[in-house]
Amino acid sequence: MTILSLETIAIVRRQRLSHARRVTFGLLSALLLACTAAMLLGDFPVPALDVVQSLFSPLTGSANRSVDFIVLQVRLPRLCLALLSGAAFGLSGIIFQTLLRNPLASPDIIGIAHGASAAAVFCIIILGWSGLSVSLGAFAGAMLTALAIYLLAWRNGVTAYRVVLIGIATAAMLSAVISYLFTRARLFEVQQAMAWLVGSLNAARPEDSIVLATMLVLVLPLLLALVRGLDGLELGDDTAYALGTRVEITRLGLMLVGVALAAFATAAVGPVGFVAFVSGPIARRLMGGAGRGVPQAALVGALVMLASDLAAQHALASVQLPTGVVTGGFGAAFLIWLLIASGRSGRVN
Amino acid sequence: MTRNHQLMAAGLHLGYAEREIVTDLNLTVPAGKLTVIVGANACGKSTLLRGLARLLQPSRGAVYLDGKPIHQMPTREVATLLGVLPQSPIAPEAITVADLVGRGRYPHQGWFRRWTSEDDAAVAQALSATDMAAFADRPVDELSGGQRQRVWIAMALAQQTDLLLLDEPTTFLDINHQVEVLDLLTDLVKTGGRTVVVVLHDLNLACRYADHIVAMKSGTIIAEGQPNEIITEAVVHDVFHLTAHILRDPVSNTPLIIPVGRHHVAKVTAR
Repeated sequence: MTILSLETIAIVRRQRLSHARRVTFGLLSALLLACTAAMLLGDFPVPALDVVQSLFSPLTGSANRSVDFIVLQVRLPRLCLALLSGAAFGLSGIIFQTLLRNPLASPDIIGIAHGASAAAVFCIIILGWSGLSVSLGAFAGAMLTALAIYLLAWRNGVTAYRVVLIGIATAAMLSAVISYLFTRARLFEVQQAMAWLVGSLNAARPEDSIVLATMLVLVLPLLLALVRGLDGLELGDDTAYALGTRVEITRLGLMLVGVALAAFATAAVGPVGFVAFVSGPIARRLMGGAGRGVPQAALVGALVMLASDLAAQHALASVQLPTGVVTGGFGAAFLIWLLIASGRSGRVN
Repeated sequence: MTRNHQLMAAGLHLGYAEREIVTDLNLTVPAGKLTVIVGANACGKSTLLRGLARLLQPSRGAVYLDGKPIHQMPTREVATLLGVLPQSPIAPEAITVADLVGRGRYPHQGWFRRWTSEDDAAVAQALSATDMAAFADRPVDELSGGQRQRVWIAMALAQQTDLLLLDEPTTFLDINHQVEVLDLLTDLVKTGGRTVVVVLHDLNLACRYADHIVAMKSGTIIAEGQPNEIITEAVVHDVFHLTAHILRDPVSNTPLIIPVGRHHVAKVTAR
């Protein structure tokens, strides 16, 4: 029998901590690079120095109003909205995936994004709404759908498997609702609804980021208070109880946080597909078991969103793609890879 | 160090939805002893363990820990006194052995008390005790079934509770590892002064290792006491519907159950 010394285990733990730190640092560096690119690239060329000057113009006074407009009213709001919504999607995804112990359980697969979409399409086509009221409708749709899934999955407590199955069924049903609404719509409304459904940062305004940032700040304390519970919950309900986790209340709270994050982000930028879905698995793979990877998933989400938006804007010279088209393509490829990889290792979750 | 925590069930009824599995059961777990629960499949032994471990809410009656109803105590407080190894825990993908065992320290931590060298010591001790020290930084995914089982036991050990409840901890293990695990649990009782309750399938190992054996049938206790006193041919027949001879285990001088089936019976022995 090998006796393991205290020092050895401390070394193992420190190695994992420093690996986690390296991952976080790498992600932050990549984000910084992407942010720089987002501020410098554009149809209207602005020299780097002028961009920096413009960023400080609210303090130092304006040097060039048209450059200030491009930097502060176009590029910066778009950048901020990409970072915030990406982080929110990433967090929401990893919370659900960890909680339900299944990489398929992200809010854009188990029907929460579909609830937001169906509500938004309903608002646009039937009620004739636009702008902020559509976002509010989408938020309400996401929350209501999550509640419905939770209640339908309830049977003396909620099991992860039932939530995933009922969520996928709900997603299919809501897609049918969206298709039905389209058949009743006029062409103009269909275009407007489609633009919302694909998800885009084209219309980002400074207010959007401020609203989203406020919402995130409101939700974060709850997340911080509950996130430790994930350590127990991902080992199964019995083990979680055994370790002293208050299972039902912790899970309900974390689900609420996950739904709220997905709903806020969807209300702000539309149901940009697959960002929530890919962030968690990518973060976990980078971490290689060195922690639960929740903050890293937020960083991955922000990075995926920003990089996709950059690609959407600049990949094709002649057209600007909606961000959701790029994340959709990337996400679909990732889904196929994930299914193949998990099939090979013989593991479903 | 007084470690004699009292765990008892009084008038306990347990079940899932409409189906009642354990009926009106009374049990006092002897402190500082190794108690083994045995019984045929579906007799309610795992259900009883889940009830004792407060993983299952009783429909009637109660489980008391040190005189207090366990289901009404703060679950975190219970987790510092009573550790449980459930039947089918789930290992997250890519988690390392040290990390998983470290999860056992959860009830001892909180917002203001993070990871300390005491936690490191508990993990190191648990890994050494289960002979998994060499695997500390290996992913659990890559281990064999038996090694994985020992990691889970190590997690429960790292919780450092005076009471330990384990549901079939020897499943998936080779005979040598079964004996190792039971030796380990005996060490915890003999030198650590802990109270251990185990559900076991193997009646012979149960008889050899149990200080106190509890035989269950359709949700009630048929017999309990020292194996030498209560494990008789009649009890085995009653509990398992099995004709058997009982010899003396030449190693431990405890009951050794020899089943009599329909085939391969050289000498006909009518009961």
